[in-house]
Amino acid sequence: MSIQVKNIRKEFGSFTALKDVSLDFPTGELVALLGPSGCGKTTLLRIIAGLESADSGQVLLDGADASDTHVRERQVGFVFQHYALFRHMSVFDNVAFGMRMKPRRERPSESAIKAKVTELLKLVQLDWVADRFPSQLSGGQRQRIALARALAVEPRVLLLDEPFGALDAKVRKELRRWLRRLHDELHITSIFVTHDQEEALEVADRVVLMDHGKVEQVGTPEEVYRHPASPFVYGFLGSVNLFHGRVEGDAVHVGDDLLFRDKVAFGNGAEVFAFARPHELNIVIDPQETSGVAAKISRILAFGVTARIELDGLNGSTGQLFEVEITRDEVARLGLEEGQAVRLLPSRLRVFEREKAAIAEGSAPNWVI
Amino acid sequence: MAASRTFRVLPGFGLSLGYTLAWLSLIVLIPLVAVFVKAGSLGLDHFLAAVSSPRVIASYKLTFGASLIAALINTFFGLMLAWALVRYSFPGKRLVDALVDLPFALPTAVAGIALTALYAKNGWVGKLLEPLGIQVAFTPLGVLVALVFIGLPFVVRTVQPILEDLDTEYEEAAVSLGANRWQAFRYVVFPTVLPALMTGFAMAFARAVGEYGSVIFIAGNIPMVSEITPLMIITKLEQYDYAGATAIAVVMLLISFVLLLVINGLQAWTAKRTGRER
Repeated sequence: MSIQVKNIRKEFGSFTALKDVSLDFPTGELVALLGPSGCGKTTLLRIIAGLESADSGQVLLDGADASDTHVRERQVGFVFQHYALFRHMSVFDNVAFGMRMKPRRERPSESAIKAKVTELLKLVQLDWVADRFPSQLSGGQRQRIALARALAVEPRVLLLDEPFGALDAKVRKELRRWLRRLHDELHITSIFVTHDQEEALEVADRVVLMDHGKVEQVGTPEEVYRHPASPFVYGFLGSVNLFHGRVEGDAVHVGDDLLFRDKVAFGNGAEVFAFARPHELNIVIDPQETSGVAAKISRILAFGVTARIELDGLNGSTGQLFEVEITRDEVARLGLEEGQAVRLLPSRLRVFEREKAAIAEGSAPNWVI
Repeated sequence: MAASRTFRVLPGFGLSLGYTLAWLSLIVLIPLVAVFVKAGSLGLDHFLAAVSSPRVIASYKLTFGASLIAALINTFFGLMLAWALVRYSFPGKRLVDALVDLPFALPTAVAGIALTALYAKNGWVGKLLEPLGIQVAFTPLGVLVALVFIGLPFVVRTVQPILEDLDTEYEEAAVSLGANRWQAFRYVVFPTVLPALMTGFAMAFARAVGEYGSVIFIAGNIPMVSEITPLMIITKLEQYDYAGATAIAVVMLLISFVLLLVINGLQAWTAKRTGRER
């Protein structure tokens, strides 16, 4: 089932949680709402579920306006961050809850309920814990039960609020893959909220990036990672080096250092943000080299496949920290040492005009995924 | 030698346990034993005669019956009051919250006089009830009113923290699974507060059984009608029948003990049934 939200606004007192958000979620996709805490992603999810009501705007489920429909009738499966399993009920009763709450004439027989619960517990690979209580399960198991419980009422959409937020790193990773596989089996339109960019990029078909109550960018994981539409998206997805630069002629300067020489679309003298990923920076040790940003190596971390070099900016970028990723062979070939003064040359750079970035705050385009 | 000793982080276990036991004995156990010893001096025949005279039996019925009903009433309204205090915000909420403790703080005699003045035939409330043929003061109904009054804080104060801890997430989960308001309360909220509710009930009941000061004024103390058991003990004492008084005390003690045991058993049973057992 498709979900559309149109011009949603929501305020909590003087705090604006959502500023005129419009989004289309097509049928059968797994979409991530990604953003820092307080960006409004959970509020949006709760409004779609009907647990919260918007101050203005519409929620359309399958094209029909559901804004005034009670959460009970929206047929959405909602999975809570802290599972919200009923502590006084066994796992079986938890999963059966939704079916047992139906009006008598719609309620399946107890044997049908039993069959359905067993099937769902098998689906989440936990059929052996049916008689246990939630307190006897691990966090990952609880979250899977919560999912089974939400699926039991055969929801038209599945909404997950930070589903892996309360789990430790290893379990989180396992559950992530598991959720992806489950979605590939069920093909139920799903939206999940997360502040973890890795999680969003890894699991979702589409990623919606949100900040300060508005949508920053929508796209496939690859699109948003490779072509960030705003400085916020660039900074939020993956680690990044930021240069505060100034356009002079056809080059970007940081202080007196020349960062990059290329056709720049901005006028002479424009203040810009320039972004480069750690692997997009080259280290130059030649003291004769005059282009690039001067920096001093503060640490070399060489325990992975690639080495991570941490640097302190010099001259125009004093006080800034940079991070470069190169192979370990490269470190050995260059003979890099801590304390060494080098220059950083970007192989790829993304430049945003500083004023444009500020202006973009006000606009609210309708993002179609 | 030293290695075989179990190491405790907190010092003074022996001292504090010894002190606690000594204190408990002095304050609770020795007086209780004295009650049994004193009652034992009566001999079985006299004991039975003392505790089963019709007037005493009538007082048991009133004390335990009225206490039970009062505790039930308090359980119901206490839950509602706690719910209102936790879930809603309204002007004067803090004042209402503070007022709940009034029956704790008020000297019972003051409460008794106030209630009597209100419910007597010429009192504010009594005046209104009189034409309807309802008489409260100096009847068993008056006893009930006083017991409801003094038992009010118990259920509220035991249920309130549990309700505060109960995240609205649970109700949201229930509703998103298709439960209506009543079902969400019946199957999610109520089972969660049930143990606290039973504790509150037990405490309100125990307090009501032992209540003297506030009841004695409004009860009227008519033999066979509105005499409570603690009054029977006082009456015996005033007649210098110490053994008889303690005999009745023993019976009260035993009934209360058995009832609390039953309630504890019920709590253990619900805990086991709902996976809270540790």
